[in-house]
Amino acid sequence: MSRKTLTRRQFVAATAMSSAALITAPYVRGAYAAGKLSIGFWDHWVPGANKASTDLVNEWAAKEKVEVSIDYITSNNKKIELTAAAEAQAKSGHDILQMPSWWPQAYSENLEPLNDIMEPLLKQNGEVNGTVKYLGQSGGKWLAAPATPGSQIKGPCSRIDLMKKHAGIDVQEMYPAGGPPKVENWTMETFLKAAEACHKAGFAFGIGMGETTDSVDTAGAIFQSFGAELVNAKGDITVKTDQVRQAMEFYKKLIAFLPPDAPSWDDASNNKWLISGRGAMILNPPSAWAVAKRDAPQVAEQCWTHGFPSGPKGRFAPYLPYFWGVWSFGKNKEAAKSLLVHLSSPSSIEKFVAVSGGYDLPAYANMSKFPTWAEEGPPKGTLFHYPDPYKHQTLSIAASPAPPKIAQQIYFQATLTKMALRFARGETMEQALAWAEGECEGFMRS
Amino acid sequence: MADVVVERGRVARATGARKGKSLRNALGRKSTVAFFLTLPLILLIAMLVLYPAFYSLYLATLNKAMTKFVGLSNFTFLFKRETFWMVVQQSCIFAITAVIFKALIGFIVAHFVHNIPGKKQRKWRGMLLVPWVIPPAMSTLAWLWLFDPSYSAFNYTLSFFGVGPIPWLGDTFWARFSVILVNVWYGAPFFLIMYLAALKSVPDQLYEAAAIDGANWWQKIWHITLPMMRNIIAITTLFSLIVTFANFDIVRILTSGGPLDTTHLFATWAFQVGIQSSDIPLGACVSLFMVPILAVAAIFILRDVSKRGNEA
Repeated sequence: MSRKTLTRRQFVAATAMSSAALITAPYVRGAYAAGKLSIGFWDHWVPGANKASTDLVNEWAAKEKVEVSIDYITSNNKKIELTAAAEAQAKSGHDILQMPSWWPQAYSENLEPLNDIMEPLLKQNGEVNGTVKYLGQSGGKWLAAPATPGSQIKGPCSRIDLMKKHAGIDVQEMYPAGGPPKVENWTMETFLKAAEACHKAGFAFGIGMGETTDSVDTAGAIFQSFGAELVNAKGDITVKTDQVRQAMEFYKKLIAFLPPDAPSWDDASNNKWLISGRGAMILNPPSAWAVAKRDAPQVAEQCWTHGFPSGPKGRFAPYLPYFWGVWSFGKNKEAAKSLLVHLSSPSSIEKFVAVSGGYDLPAYANMSKFPTWAEEGPPKGTLFHYPDPYKHQTLSIAASPAPPKIAQQIYFQATLTKMALRFARGETMEQALAWAEGECEGFMRS
Repeated sequence: MADVVVERGRVARATGARKGKSLRNALGRKSTVAFFLTLPLILLIAMLVLYPAFYSLYLATLNKAMTKFVGLSNFTFLFKRETFWMVVQQSCIFAITAVIFKALIGFIVAHFVHNIPGKKQRKWRGMLLVPWVIPPAMSTLAWLWLFDPSYSAFNYTLSFFGVGPIPWLGDTFWARFSVILVNVWYGAPFFLIMYLAALKSVPDQLYEAAAIDGANWWQKIWHITLPMMRNIIAITTLFSLIVTFANFDIVRILTSGGPLDTTHLFATWAFQVGIQSSDIPLGACVSLFMVPILAVAAIFILRDVSKRGNEA
């Protein structure tokens, strides 16, 4: 039990030597010299798609010497929205969080402006459409960067055989693989006639009238194609207009040709409707087709994804972009921005598209002609028109152009589908409009 | 002067000794031990129940952007909303109907199980408890498949009898029926087990005496079983009422509140308003509305329980 005591002289000498060694030693950059980065990504439904994100992040992390941790958060039961709400409240959490469409606006006060990376990215990848700007920008400030994974167009996915047989429409001729669309006659009127014919033949269009996003997105595109806005861009309530009335009349006719339980449909119902072979068309990204490839190949080989019919005010397609946001309370914002630049590079975007089998849609103008969409099948070319390569549609989101914080409530309270359903179920037009007007008044809270 | 000092010291010592003794007594008391033993749970409840409750009260007084105090104006705003009153009405319909059926089914089945002899009874008890022990989110997903628009097993079966298809979740009546049905299926075993325990505690001599007096089965239930089970019925009803009122998962999974908001409950609507529409203060207000309604129910039911306790 000997105990060596340190004299004052020894202590001073040891301290001086240690200090000298520390000062004169060469700077050695450690494995994670640039700190840590915590990321919350949307958990992709396509098997293997998360691996693409992981690989891209790891590739960047190795180069930049950053220690990264990734959580994949499912959007099932709104877990990603709950995570965003919790982190915004706690002012703590991931450095980067992937967010569905409306959330950058909802948490605009808590997000780091990304203009410094978005401006070069736009120059590199091309412009983004109006909906991305509407959802991702506020007062000239980029709130979040458009994410390729998860972003989607919910256009028609038609059964080639059933549409030809019962509605007399050759969707492949209308939207040929590798060529521009021939859509002069593809209007809301034609769409309604086709819905009626397929309904009579026992293959009703699988369009939901529920409160989940698929139902609301469809309603949004249809309303917009009639020029119908519940609240305009200035924030004025514009429910009682001729355009809204026209859209309501159209919807009432359409609902008569939809499955009787369409009001209870969720985002899985339309997929099941197509895969089970019961419907001639659904309005969805190619997820239903991808599952059909595995579970019902005879259905998948008859599917063709294409553009939306046009209405009196134009051709609108439901578009749902995802974003990557950097929290302003994040600890490593510079590293986060650097990673977002890496994930938004053309090669990364191409990888996202390829791994997701064409499901993921880049927001940028120069990124809509990757070979994946032309090559995917069966039938070959089924996804060619999915990213709208000829830009013949306006990619829009339901409830726009209302100020986003009002539009978000119209969207999530499913005001559009509810008012259409009320009218179709026997309320008078004025009753349904008065109800919607009351709802919109309630959404004006600030 | 010296006397006074001595006197003071004695007084001080005596007080100190009394204090020490009373502390020892306090620590030795069973109630104190019980308090310390339950302290971890009390702290846990304070952290997970009281703090969120007070925090939601605070949130309910903020504006939508949560930047300023607005007092009770969120509540007055809610009072003017048609959907809010619909949700109040629906929550009452849902909770009261479901609790009545759960109690009724639990009571009847408890009698059946009570009359099954020993060993077999154990098997039946186990089987009948299955709905209650499966996590509701999981079992509700199975129900969702049974009601599914494309693959409904119920509609498939009904089609053999030329009935249907029934829009189980697409029509207001059927959607309400479905969510109540699933809640009853899930919650009835709780009543069953509580009532079974209560039935077992009713002395057989009472029934024997009633039988000698010529009482029929209904008279035995009315004059013996029900009075003996009153307290357990009241407490079970209150407990179930609270849980059913605050239900979230069944409605969220089956209908998400639809069609046309006609199956929304407080919790599901609060989630839609608070989280999905990013109006957390209003969502907090909606969920807080359960408190006065349940408090009134609790006062009525528990007051009755204590009255009976005094009578006994």
